[in-house]
Amino acid sequence: MIRMNLALLLIALVCALSTVASNHRARKLFTELEREQSRMRELDVEWGQLQLEQSTWAGHARIEKIAREKLGMRLPAPAQVVSLEAAAK
Amino acid sequence: MKFASSPILTHRLSPGRSRFVVFMLLGGFVALIGRSIYLQGFQNDFLQKKGESRYERVIEISATRGRILDRHGDVLAVSTPVKAIWAIPEDAGLSPAQARQLAALLEMDVRELNRKLASDKDFVFVKRQIPPDVAEKVAALRLPGIHEQKEYRRYYPSGDVMAHMLGFTGVADEGQEGVELAMNDLLTGKPGSRRVIKDRRGQIVEDVESIHAPQEGKDVTLALDAKIQYLAYSQLKQAMADHKAKAGGVVVLDAKTGEVLALANAPTYNPNNRVRLVGAQLRNRAFTDTFEPGSTFKPFTAAMALEKGKFRFDTPIQTAPGRLTIGSATIHDAHPHGVLTLAEVIQKSSNVGAAKVALSFPPEDMWQTFNSLGFGAPLKLGFPGEVGGRLRPAKTWRPIEQATMSYGHGISVTLMQMARAYLSFARDGDLIPVSLTRVDSPPLTGTAVFSGQTAREVRTMLEMAVKAGGTAPRAQIPGYRVAGKTGTAHKLDGSAYGDKYVASFIGFAPASDPRLVVAVMIDEPSAGKYYGGDVAAPVFAQIMAGALRTLGVPQDAPLRPLLMAEAVKEGV
Repeated sequence: MIRMNLALLLIALVCALSTVASNHRARKLFTELEREQSRMRELDVEWGQLQLEQSTWAGHARIEKIAREKLGMRLPAPAQVVSLEAAAK
Repeated sequence: MKFASSPILTHRLSPGRSRFVVFMLLGGFVALIGRSIYLQGFQNDFLQKKGESRYERVIEISATRGRILDRHGDVLAVSTPVKAIWAIPEDAGLSPAQARQLAALLEMDVRELNRKLASDKDFVFVKRQIPPDVAEKVAALRLPGIHEQKEYRRYYPSGDVMAHMLGFTGVADEGQEGVELAMNDLLTGKPGSRRVIKDRRGQIVEDVESIHAPQEGKDVTLALDAKIQYLAYSQLKQAMADHKAKAGGVVVLDAKTGEVLALANAPTYNPNNRVRLVGAQLRNRAFTDTFEPGSTFKPFTAAMALEKGKFRFDTPIQTAPGRLTIGSATIHDAHPHGVLTLAEVIQKSSNVGAAKVALSFPPEDMWQTFNSLGFGAPLKLGFPGEVGGRLRPAKTWRPIEQATMSYGHGISVTLMQMARAYLSFARDGDLIPVSLTRVDSPPLTGTAVFSGQTAREVRTMLEMAVKAGGTAPRAQIPGYRVAGKTGTAHKLDGSAYGDKYVASFIGFAPASDPRLVVAVMIDEPSAGKYYGGDVAAPVFAQIMAGALRTLGVPQDAPLRPLLMAEAVKEGV
């Protein structure tokens, strides 16, 4: 009877300790999740800023200026334009 | 000594005393049970809450305002987090050195900073919309009574190019103009909140529940094509400078879907920097300003004449001697023309011809036609300040008014209304609503305003107006068939027509299968030229040519040198 009781006590102890351990692990994981989520938000913000930067660099006015002044590009004369029927569709 | 033989046991207590002790003990238990029932049963919720408040926290989760994208997904407006620096003046006892340091970081005057901190309010914003890196430096100073708060700032990478279309937001990130206001509900996110358990170090250890899930603002995809918009804007800007005009507007519509591909106004402003903004810059003229359209209105009169069957394409109309007297008023043509066919009345833009056609119909017929084209009522796109123009009921029309209305005087319209009404010619008589947002499944048919036959005939007339012998040869585009109509309207100066003009051109291309409708309006060109054919038509041609090339629309005309004959002066 005593042996049986001791065994049950041991099982109860192990259960209690593992509950504590898993709870601790759950909290740790949660903090990690929390960190990743805030990283996600930060990256989101950064993405928005990069998009902004991209559209600033790729502004039509800027591209036109560079194409005309730096690269010496110009619109082709109408006679120089060859229309490809299949490609036009 | 055994307990059982203890002499105390044999000693008898008085029954009163022992009963008293039993009673007291019982009473104590009852009181305890009663208290625990009270706490567990009746006070439970309150105490639970008190307990939770010791370790639970409700956190706000902010939601970002949605982005505005062009039809290809390019970003036109985006919110990024910034900081607001605020202070509790009472707590902020800054030393002069600290104040200088803070003022330098915030790029503001020390005196202004000190004035703000000297205020007797409990809360003052020191400066709002501070970039995050600057805010970090401010936080690193660890100044007493100076705090930070997260807020959002809206950026418009395209600046003044799309200012009127997009509008802008206020300091609290709410829409105040343009699409930002029109679609504010969609763009605005709803901040959420959740309940968490925090440990002693302030770290979140457990997520209890989400009270409200945050709703991020939705992205809005406009019909706008950034490339065509830039083209329209830069051409308009050029024309404004060339002709020293007071204002101007351009609208580009997709004839297949009714989408607004571009909308530019001048003068404009930079939505990223709205210091020194004046009302004239803010006006979204294409929607909020009405003008007398002038001759661009004649095609509607011609279409009505064809539709009713009273006139044919080549019905001769006597326009000699170039004027027509109705009551006490006289209508003039710029040049007397003699006998013209209905088509030539449009081609050469004869006021007398248009008036004669109009006067052969009852006013109700004209009103009906104009009304069905959407004049006199706002388009209801949700744009702030959108107006409907003026179309008075037919019963009140006098004959002279009916005559002048046939060529676009005595009626007021917006540029957007005009562009939309021309859709009916470009779409074989079918009128569809215009859309600010991208349309993925275009409406197959709208409302039939004219028959296909009528629309095609008007199209031919409008093509004639652009060719040699018409009023707008400068609207021609190499490689494409173009159709359109010029307008040159005297501006009402007080109650009389002065010598200020509105030059306009509205047209579409390619004429064989119209893809785009472009409407150009230049207000008060004052560098000498003022005819629509000289001022607005070249702008139209540049924008249309660029837009057709951008969209890869196949050419429908053989390449040959443009016939740039002297434009026929239209009646004003």
